[in-house]
Amino acid sequence: MTLTRRKLIASAAVGATFAQCAPRLARAQAANTIRIGVMNDQSGLYSYIGGANGVALARAAAEEFGNRGFTVEVLQADHQNKPDVGSNLARQWIDRDGVDMILDVPTSSVGLAVNQVCRERDKAYINVGSATSDLTGAQCAPTTIHWVYDTYMLAKSTGGATVRAGGDTWFFITADYAFGHALERDTANFVRQAGGRVLGGVRTPFPGTTDFSSFLLQAQASRAKVIGLANAGQDTTNCIKQAAEFGLTRRGVKLAALLMFIDDVHALGQQTAQGLVMTESFYWDLNDRTRAFTERVRGRLTDRRPPNMVTAGNYSAVLHYLKAVADMGVPAAKASGTAVINRMKAMPTEDDAFGRGEIRPDGRRIIPSYLFEVKKPEESRGAWDYLKLLQTTPAEEAFRPLNEGGCPLVRS
Amino acid sequence: MDEIFGIPAPLLFGQLLLGLINGAFYAMLSLGLAVIFGLLNIVNLAHGALFMMGAFVAWMLLNYAGLGYWWAMLLSPVIVGLFGMALEKLFISRLYKLDHLYGLLLTFGLALVIEGVFRNYYGSSGLPYRIPDQLQGAWDLGFMFMPVYRGWVVIAALIFCLTTWLVIEKTRLGAYLRAATENAPLVQAFGVNVPRMVTLTYGGGVALAALAGVLAAPIYSVNPQMGTNLIIVVFAVVVIGGMGSILGAVLTGFTLGVVEGLTKVFWPEASATVIFVIMAIVLLARPAGLFGRA
Repeated sequence: MTLTRRKLIASAAVGATFAQCAPRLARAQAANTIRIGVMNDQSGLYSYIGGANGVALARAAAEEFGNRGFTVEVLQADHQNKPDVGSNLARQWIDRDGVDMILDVPTSSVGLAVNQVCRERDKAYINVGSATSDLTGAQCAPTTIHWVYDTYMLAKSTGGATVRAGGDTWFFITADYAFGHALERDTANFVRQAGGRVLGGVRTPFPGTTDFSSFLLQAQASRAKVIGLANAGQDTTNCIKQAAEFGLTRRGVKLAALLMFIDDVHALGQQTAQGLVMTESFYWDLNDRTRAFTERVRGRLTDRRPPNMVTAGNYSAVLHYLKAVADMGVPAAKASGTAVINRMKAMPTEDDAFGRGEIRPDGRRIIPSYLFEVKKPEESRGAWDYLKLLQTTPAEEAFRPLNEGGCPLVRS
Repeated sequence: MDEIFGIPAPLLFGQLLLGLINGAFYAMLSLGLAVIFGLLNIVNLAHGALFMMGAFVAWMLLNYAGLGYWWAMLLSPVIVGLFGMALEKLFISRLYKLDHLYGLLLTFGLALVIEGVFRNYYGSSGLPYRIPDQLQGAWDLGFMFMPVYRGWVVIAALIFCLTTWLVIEKTRLGAYLRAATENAPLVQAFGVNVPRMVTLTYGGGVALAALAGVLAAPIYSVNPQMGTNLIIVVFAVVVIGGMGSILGAVLTGFTLGVVEGLTKVFWPEASATVIFVIMAIVLLARPAGLFGRA
């Protein structure tokens, strides 16, 4: 059979008709399906914090929630830590794939970009992975909830404790993008309030910096007592390793790793990480409920590791979101992101990972924050027994006061 | 003497030393690239992936076969070199008669495949590789702590670069190589097996990349992206030095490492871009590169 021009045009026309029908068909089936899109770094320097594990725990929550008259579908995508990739994915998900809620989105620059898209399109957005406190400050949106932590909370807990322990002069090594800037700003405020001084800082190109030795030497030359690491993931672990290699810690310089995850401790090894303090809002070995939750889900995670603050956050966010959807009905939930988010704000949050919490008008979820110290190797009783609790900040004090963030939603 | 351009002198010396260390990696990688480009006329974008493979093979030798760092320095370049020769025989040798662009696309594709395979099996979070016991510790130089291992990297890189240069410039084999670069058919007419020599050269260039990978393994964590992070910079180094110029590649590698180190003091945010700015300027002023022949 030869392909004539007429046949070619005809088949193209048929194809085009099908292509037009397909989304309508999908939409008809989708009327009773809630689609959750988990967007995070699945291949880069933050991928081991959330990545595939973050997706796995979002799915775990959807399965635990079960079928209450509607089905739940969890999609995933890799934003590669690029804001443009992130906002394109978000638009595609919302406009073409009928995604109803976007979840996770670490890397503050991407987190803020997706925040814009969801606000424009009136879609629910629960940010778990990003740290910038601007998500509930100047850039807060009626469609957004910031779920487990932010730069203000980290700065208050880790920064405050370090200054109290005598570390009153600081030098910052800051990842040069929205997250690093916010973390440095919030921490520097606490240092100054507590009577400390900031002697200087460097901003390191992000992503792509693997060698921090020259920045560490600059920090040492400043003679600051504390080097504040306003970065995350592999940037932080590289800094800590290289600081040990260049003998900084032996000369009495203290490192303040302002954002660390239990996976970072694991990657560094306890020998290197011992004694560091870090702030989390979730730790697997915190109480009976967190231990039960961990046992229930850890089989889904890379080499049976326990969940961290972000992956556990994805779990709890999906549960709370689905409760709100069940409460208001699928059609209403699909119609308006703002409406779902308002419903979520009206209900207290409750789950095994974080216990009880509530969501403020500015979109900040309020939960306690915990200051931990990394145990010495001989103190550990088993695998992943890395942290001991130093101090708990109650939920009402852990985050920036409602009226100080400059969020327009609060005034109205 | 306390301050130079408003920067404390110890800090400046420290940065110069660190620049040399980074420069050592640039030099070793750009050397391999320059050798390959000189003889094969292939812009080998797979070089970064093969550097990463070198580090991974070292990690595998340690964890699967119990062979430590020194064995890895010997075996990893051989294994990766053989792998490179297979690549050359199977794929690259088919492209010599075509435009540069095809070689570039092919090797880029190969790089993506190799990286993807490693990411699939080993994840992207990076695997730790310990510094060998003999090179543990640090020297206190007064103005800074100099980790022994980093000093070793500079020395080793210098030795390898010098050896390669001597082989190419001063030996009979090197003479054949250079002759084949100029006029392959004529050299073949003298009874030299040029295709085999080309394969061996590619293997040699790749082995250099693998060696750099072994040197890098204890400093950076072993991860599938470690080559991608470096290869673009290394290409800029080769372009600045002059495509195909061996001495140029080595000198530019070390120099740009130092320039980058100094930028980190004066304007840290620009340290990722400074090499490309220099590249643009060099291309405008001397399109053949600093050491290239127009």
